[in-house]
Amino acid sequence: MDNEKDILEVRNLEVNFKTYAGDVKAIRNVSFDLRKGETLAIVGESGSGKSVTTRTIMGLNARNADIVNGSIMYKNEDLLKKSDKDMEGIRGQDIAEIFQDPMTSLDPTMRIGRQIAEPLMIHKGMKKEKALAQALEMMKLVGITDAENRINDYPHQFSGGMRQRIVIAIALVNYPEILIADEPTTALDVTIQAQILHLMKELQDKISTSIIFITHDLGVVAGMADRVAVMYAGQIVEYGTVDEIFYNPKHPYTWGLLSSMPTLDTKSDVLPSIPGTPPDLLDPPAGDAFAARNEYALKIDSQRQPPFFKVSDTHYAATWLLHPDAPKVTPPAQIVARQKKFAQMQQELFKQQQQSHRVEEEEEQQ
Amino acid sequence: MDYENAKKILEVKHLKQYFNVGKADEVRAVDDISFDIYEGETFGLVGESGSGKTTAGRAILHLYEPTAGEILFDGKNVDNFTSMEDKAEFHRKMQMIFQDPYASLNPRMKVKDIVAEGIDINHLAKDDADRTNQVETLLETVGLNKDHSSRYPHEFSGGQRQRIGIARALAVHPKFVIADEPISALDVSIQAQVVNLMKKLQREQNLTYLFIAHDLSMVKYISDRIGVLHYGRMLEIADADEIYAHPLHDYTKSLLSAVPVPDPEFERTRQEIKYDASRENDGKERHLVEIAPHHYVRAAPDEIDMYKQRAHAASLLKE
Repeated sequence: MDNEKDILEVRNLEVNFKTYAGDVKAIRNVSFDLRKGETLAIVGESGSGKSVTTRTIMGLNARNADIVNGSIMYKNEDLLKKSDKDMEGIRGQDIAEIFQDPMTSLDPTMRIGRQIAEPLMIHKGMKKEKALAQALEMMKLVGITDAENRINDYPHQFSGGMRQRIVIAIALVNYPEILIADEPTTALDVTIQAQILHLMKELQDKISTSIIFITHDLGVVAGMADRVAVMYAGQIVEYGTVDEIFYNPKHPYTWGLLSSMPTLDTKSDVLPSIPGTPPDLLDPPAGDAFAARNEYALKIDSQRQPPFFKVSDTHYAATWLLHPDAPKVTPPAQIVARQKKFAQMQQELFKQQQQSHRVEEEEEQQ
Repeated sequence: MDYENAKKILEVKHLKQYFNVGKADEVRAVDDISFDIYEGETFGLVGESGSGKTTAGRAILHLYEPTAGEILFDGKNVDNFTSMEDKAEFHRKMQMIFQDPYASLNPRMKVKDIVAEGIDINHLAKDDADRTNQVETLLETVGLNKDHSSRYPHEFSGGQRQRIGIARALAVHPKFVIADEPISALDVSIQAQVVNLMKKLQREQNLTYLFIAHDLSMVKYISDRIGVLHYGRMLEIADADEIYAHPLHDYTKSLLSAVPVPDPEFERTRQEIKYDASRENDGKERHLVEIAPHHYVRAAPDEIDMYKQRAHAASLLKE
């Protein structure tokens, strides 16, 4: 492990899918870290590779997936080198996942108490009675009302929001070190979504799990994430703290994503949109994959892939615009407004720091 | 919104749509809703799943036989159309764009035949050359290439498919389009493209939209007026800006407070408002009441004063 705060380190991951038309290069050299107790959000469009990344971590890829390169270090061991049997032990125990659709991720023929108790019986060899008692505790923890009477109900007797609570209970019953949440609230209504997100945060504080949160909803990211990684066409194009990504984004794709979402105060007549569609990953473009849709694209973008440029210790973006020789461009108006807010926030932070320094100095003098 | 010179294109009066009527499992999907839509505007219908918004859209299109109530289109009662010509004319003028661009296009038909189906049924083309010409113009109008006309749906992305669905709806020169969650299945970057296209077409062809959605920020952006549905009942109707700035009904407040905003600072200080739906079933008779000018709230007689006070506090009332 490069850093003792990290619980998971993904390095140079490359995953191809073999299809009749050729190899689809779904993940193209992805590296990131997950720190203990943090929530890392991975955002991107469908087909950008966010779900494939987490499925590779879980060892749940489809049969035609081919892991070409890379390593996934967890507790000083490479998960990619583990046998299927070892991975079975890790899934549900060390790393658990909440899936998108609570309608299909539960077994319709099994009572929910049993479904929640199952990981305990399988991974910890717990006796049924004890496991069911713990399942009941978990049901109460995730806010299922009247848990004693409902433990023997079947999934179809619950609403969508309640079912997602059950899915969360199953994932967390073993207190996993890492929780992967793949669009956990996309199938839910806004009011239910708010409840589930609130619940996830609360439980994270209680059992100090690290979360990888996959979503395309930037509003949800703003409320949940500590750090954000933006994916496009199988690569991470920008990553940083949640404030850095939302108030000081540097990659034109992040600009496009942020400005194409209307907020409740958007008034303009035409919504800024990203033209075109993502590239075909059977044959990814040679240079920057976003170049064809990017109004700020430079000549070099079509020839060479940009490396990551450092914006701050925690913030990196892969765009040639950050190269010292690149021309200065003005981002879309909405982004400029966000950057202004960022500058203000930093000034305030600076003032606060100065004040606390002054107080310290005064205290020293006394 | 200029109400003085606006002409009502659609009037929905006490519409009820029940399923399994008289049986133990009777469902009151739409329970006595009334609203008007003016020519050229976009009326947004928001609500959670199960609130009856899709059922309302389908009942207006007369895909169901309404249990009770009247639907007036261009001043004429839709139920009174008896001749085939009148019915065909109504269905030509009112078109629908569907939620799922994957399920709503026949995979065995070429794009040109999908788009031209309405043209054929309504005999809107003089001959084959005219038909081809119309299809190609439509494809270009929605931002597709005319060479795409001989391809099949699977060769297109979700955003492109939704454009084909829009071209199909426009082929018969409708006046009124019901868009049922037209962008929910699309990626963020593509959603904006489709919304911009819909707005452009509305300007060019003077279309009226009924926009059904659960994504509240997009609904606010595209709509002139908004109606909030809950358990098959209309709880509040007002101008889009007004209902977001000054919601009067508690349910609307709670719904708005749950919308995630792409602003971390805002999210850290978010205050959620809880709504207790059981209050609505206390047996009191409730109707939509005009609390402030063109701002309607479903209220019992003894609640009107409370809502008036709220409207007053938000300075929606003049006096």
